[in-house]
Amino acid sequence: MQNPFQLIGRAVLGLFAEIGRLAVFSAQVMGAAFTPRWYGGQILSQMVKIGFYSLPVVGMSAVFIGAALALNIYEGGSRYGAEQFVPSIVVLGITRELGVVITGLMLAGRVTAGIAAEIGAMRVTEQIDALETLSASRFRYLYAPRFIAALITLPMLVALADIIGVMGGWLVSVYGLDFDSTVYLRNTLDFVTRNDILAGLIKAVVFGGVIAIMGCYQGDRSQAGATGVGRAATLSMVGAAVLILAFNYIMSTIFVEIGL
Amino acid sequence: MTASLLKLEGVEKSFGPKKVLRGVDIDVAPGQSLVIIGGSGSGKSVMLKNALGLMSPDAGRIVFDGQDVTNAKGKTREAMRARIGMLFQAGALFDSLTVWENVAFRLINSEGMSRRQARERAIETLKKVRLGADVGGLYPAEISGGMQKRVSLARSIISEPDLIFFDEPTTGLDPITADAINDLILEMVRGLGAAAVTITHDMASATKIADEIAMLLDGKIIWRGAAKDVYSSGNEYVDQFVNGRAEGPIQPAI
Repeated sequence: MQNPFQLIGRAVLGLFAEIGRLAVFSAQVMGAAFTPRWYGGQILSQMVKIGFYSLPVVGMSAVFIGAALALNIYEGGSRYGAEQFVPSIVVLGITRELGVVITGLMLAGRVTAGIAAEIGAMRVTEQIDALETLSASRFRYLYAPRFIAALITLPMLVALADIIGVMGGWLVSVYGLDFDSTVYLRNTLDFVTRNDILAGLIKAVVFGGVIAIMGCYQGDRSQAGATGVGRAATLSMVGAAVLILAFNYIMSTIFVEIGL
Repeated sequence: MTASLLKLEGVEKSFGPKKVLRGVDIDVAPGQSLVIIGGSGSGKSVMLKNALGLMSPDAGRIVFDGQDVTNAKGKTREAMRARIGMLFQAGALFDSLTVWENVAFRLINSEGMSRRQARERAIETLKKVRLGADVGGLYPAEISGGMQKRVSLARSIISEPDLIFFDEPTTGLDPITADAINDLILEMVRGLGAAAVTITHDMASATKIADEIAMLLDGKIIWRGAAKDVYSSGNEYVDQFVNGRAEGPIQPAI
């Protein structure tokens, strides 16, 4: 039987090895994404899959988050007679944090797991080996288009989530909490700054990269069989969600430090 | 003596503590059809993947047309693969592409041919494997297993390679379809003048398409000879395998 120190040591070494493999894989994906040759058709097709087909889930999530946020801020603010801050706090919360984090997490579920399952299935049915024997690099043909598409579409989705999230707050405030529509919108627009929006969009680009890379990485390492592909999908989703939350905190700290 | 087109010298490969290849030595001459037989888990597929550069050997050398390609990367590897075709066991057709796009994949994505020209070439090649132009527009999931093998064969020969690997080309097919695939393999390989390396445990297929047969056992080539001699090899391992007997020096993989 192994002693606890051995178990801990093995787990720590395993974690570092995994981080190393992920870092090398990420560098290979980025190397393929930022140098020619690019497969335009693949990039467009992935933009549709990642961006267009995520619109309903992102829109629905944003509207409910915005609405719930407005209600909770109203409830909390009313204890101090600060109900008038609802529009300001909703727009700040949505643009800097919730719009981008919720979009990132929803796409970690929908897109990352989908990419991992698709690539995992290709791996176990030897389609990736076939691709290599046909002189097409899997990094250029499969992974880079997904990475580029996610980098482009995530900020678009987040911009949309910001607008829909704010409108969710507006809906509840105007029709449920008796706010004046014009005053609510004016307060929102007066309070939000370009930096608030920019902070969310910069995070979106990073989250896009995380979403695509985690899906491709776990799919590429998928073991044979339905269990292997299922495990790859689960690991990719969990990994992407944790990394999104970690990067969100790190970037929020940096943005506060630099005054963005 | 004809120079080898492909040569494996002392190739070894392990996965953790499990040694799969223990020093494989084998060579194939241009235009020659070599079939490698061996039981499940004998290392046939691993050997093929090493030869193709899909895996790197732990030791030994792989030489293609006089050039050491053991750890080749980039343009050297691409140049080698451009001269090699591969038919995978389950076809390995790309689900998201139509049949003609699968067949023309190399022409469009590696050789830069226009889609219109590539489609014409793909339809021509599909005809060679007895598939009509109407099949070209279907997706792999919409055609039978035998048709998928033929499409995969068409994909492996479209760029007229010098060497074609066949990984269990008749596995999962009924005997009649399997024989039709064997006929097509013979016709295509002879028509192109290409060398062929086939791994299989289907003896009907092996004796039909091989000039020579080699047997891989426990990660080593234990016998090689003319296809006509395989049933009179005098090697007890080969005898047991080709006659399909459970009793003998080889333990069944169960």
